[in-house]
Amino acid sequence: MSAAAPVLFGDVSVGDELPRLEVDVTPTTVVLGALASRDWRPMHHDFKFATERNGVRDIFLNTPNQAAWFERYVTDWTGPRGRLGRMTFRMRDSVFPGDRMAFSATVTGVERDDAGCGWVSLEVTLTATEEGGPERVATTCSLRVALPDAPDDNPWSRSGDRWNP
Amino acid sequence: MSATNEAGVELPERVAAMIGTPMYPETATFPVERSYAYNTLAATQNGNPLYWDDGVADELTGGFTMPPTTLSLWMRPHHWEPGAEGEQLALKVHFDLKEIFGLPEAVMTDNTMVFHEPVRPGDVISNSQVLRSVSAPKTTKLGTGRFWVIDVEFRNQDGTLVGVESYTGFGYVRAGAE
Repeated sequence: MSAAAPVLFGDVSVGDELPRLEVDVTPTTVVLGALASRDWRPMHHDFKFATERNGVRDIFLNTPNQAAWFERYVTDWTGPRGRLGRMTFRMRDSVFPGDRMAFSATVTGVERDDAGCGWVSLEVTLTATEEGGPERVATTCSLRVALPDAPDDNPWSRSGDRWNP
Repeated sequence: MSATNEAGVELPERVAAMIGTPMYPETATFPVERSYAYNTLAATQNGNPLYWDDGVADELTGGFTMPPTTLSLWMRPHHWEPGAEGEQLALKVHFDLKEIFGLPEAVMTDNTMVFHEPVRPGDVISNSQVLRSVSAPKTTKLGTGRFWVIDVEFRNQDGTLVGVESYTGFGYVRAGAE
């Protein structure tokens, strides 16, 4: 593996779309994500609690794990030099075992800040589709990621006044 | 006793006093562990070489760093530990509000994460929770309750800011359960 050949800031334009990512969600997906984020709440591992107490159809993906999925989706595109600055996401519906979740994203902004860092803004959408059911928008995420200007540029080298996420 | 906040929302005095006040300052009970990176990476099938190739990590980040979205996990309490009674809860302000308003159910509706200095294995993370706002009663498809916004600021052992999380929660009574 290499840190070479990253997506460069100058290569990105508003309106660009990221490759779609689709993943089948299983109970293991949900439980692995909850435990990886040290989220022990029962609606993320206990079917009876989720259905009888929360009134939903099954256990569902927890918030920190959704953040990790967004991170994975975006850095698949940027490569390792892409550095996340900020993400805001809104949960509209839950993602359950049996769903096929799909990530898609559009570039909504490119800007260079006062410190010279190149930022790309993305609107990322996570949808979930149960077999035979409609595609539901589960979560939307506004995300800001720093990209290198050149193959040898490295946003990770920024700190203090030079890093303004 | 109640008070009205700047947005004109009437709140119990206890809640009004919480707004803007850092609460529950805590320091993680164990240092940042590299193994948690792999738990998260495996759970999301994340093959970013920054976390799987030490050469890439050395080149770009001066050694191994944690995936940014693992920011909050260091402050999440163990599910059980000796001497602790009952379930250990993260984001205690959220659970305080559920109790104060008598709202048995809650979901998180919005979450903002801002990433500053990278977190590294061996770091010891501290945080505090600040209630930013509480809404008037609202009714949604889930039930009737209130929205609230809680900020959590994370620092490492040197006091360097490593990240901020902001959560919007909705505590509610299920429709038909009032």
